Amino acid sequence: MGPAGLSVGWYLALAVALFAVGGVGLLVRRNPLVMFMCVELMLNAVNVAFVALGAGLNDVGGQIAVFFVLVVAATEVVIGLALVVAINRRRAGATADDLTTLKG
Amino acid sequence: MVETVFAVSAVLILAGAVGVVVFRNPVHAALSLVLTLLGVAVLFVLNDAHFLAAVQVVVYAGAIVILFLFVIMLLGVDTAEKLRVEPIAGQRPLAVVVGAALAALLGTVVIIGADVLTGLRRSAGERALDGSASDIERIGRVLFGEFAFAVEVTAALLTVAVVGAVVLTRRTSRPRSAAAAADASLQDSDAGPDAPSTDAGRGQ
Repeated sequence: MGPAGLSVGWYLALAVALFAVGGVGLLVRRNPLVMFMCVELMLNAVNVAFVALGAGLNDVGGQIAVFFVLVVAATEVVIGLALVVAINRRRAGATADDLTTLKG
Repeated sequence: MVETVFAVSAVLILAGAVGVVVFRNPVHAALSLVLTLLGVAVLFVLNDAHFLAAVQVVVYAGAIVILFLFVIMLLGVDTAEKLRVEPIAGQRPLAVVVGAALAALLGTVVIIGADVLTGLRRSAGERALDGSASDIERIGRVLFGEFAFAVEVTAALLTVAVVGAVVLTRRTSRPRSAAAAADASLQDSDAGPDAPSTDAGRGQ
């Protein structure tokens, strides 16, 4: 049980649903910006699970993990958006399907 | 009370997540993402992680979404994506199937493993959440004690990210290849009649 009295399972179920929605969005959308947003959704699902499990285990480690996930997510967004800007400078309005240079 | 807060924020989180996936306009998707992020912050408060809730609002809903909106504004990619067109035949249904399978798999793990996992042990000492220290004090002590090396590595990671972002978005002053030449002509059409003279000045 978490400190608030709600079972950890509820949080984990929500995290699973959020992760799945983010994964589907990542597969379905073609705009690289929206794909990044879907990655953020999946990272947030993991954060919810970390905090809920940390509360369930009475351990601050879950919150520490979320802290590092936040930092890595921020760097990931910075690099990702820089890549999007660089790609859009070469080809305006490029979607994920247009970038086929590596196709064998 | 707790159940109500959880239910409301869960509905908001999932509604925002679905909004990110289905909204055709990226700006609407970004605003929908804010809804999800704020809902997650509420869940952090519900779990007594007050510091993380504040960080979530400031870093995610503040900085990251603003960064998204700035890039959308800079690139002018606010043209709505045609969600009706399927570039790869059968991709959408397959994606939904994969998503449902993923949810089913993870859900099974949660149902089987949640009680085992959470009933296994309770931490004590500095890392225990039920101690007398405040939330932020506890995080600070563990972060700069046990995880000090990880914090240093994180600093290096942030530095690399900043340098990488600058290198990736830097404009080359002289067109070297065909792609760069096309890039320069694009700039000229954007900047108007003044651009060629400044470009020539830079090239010398």
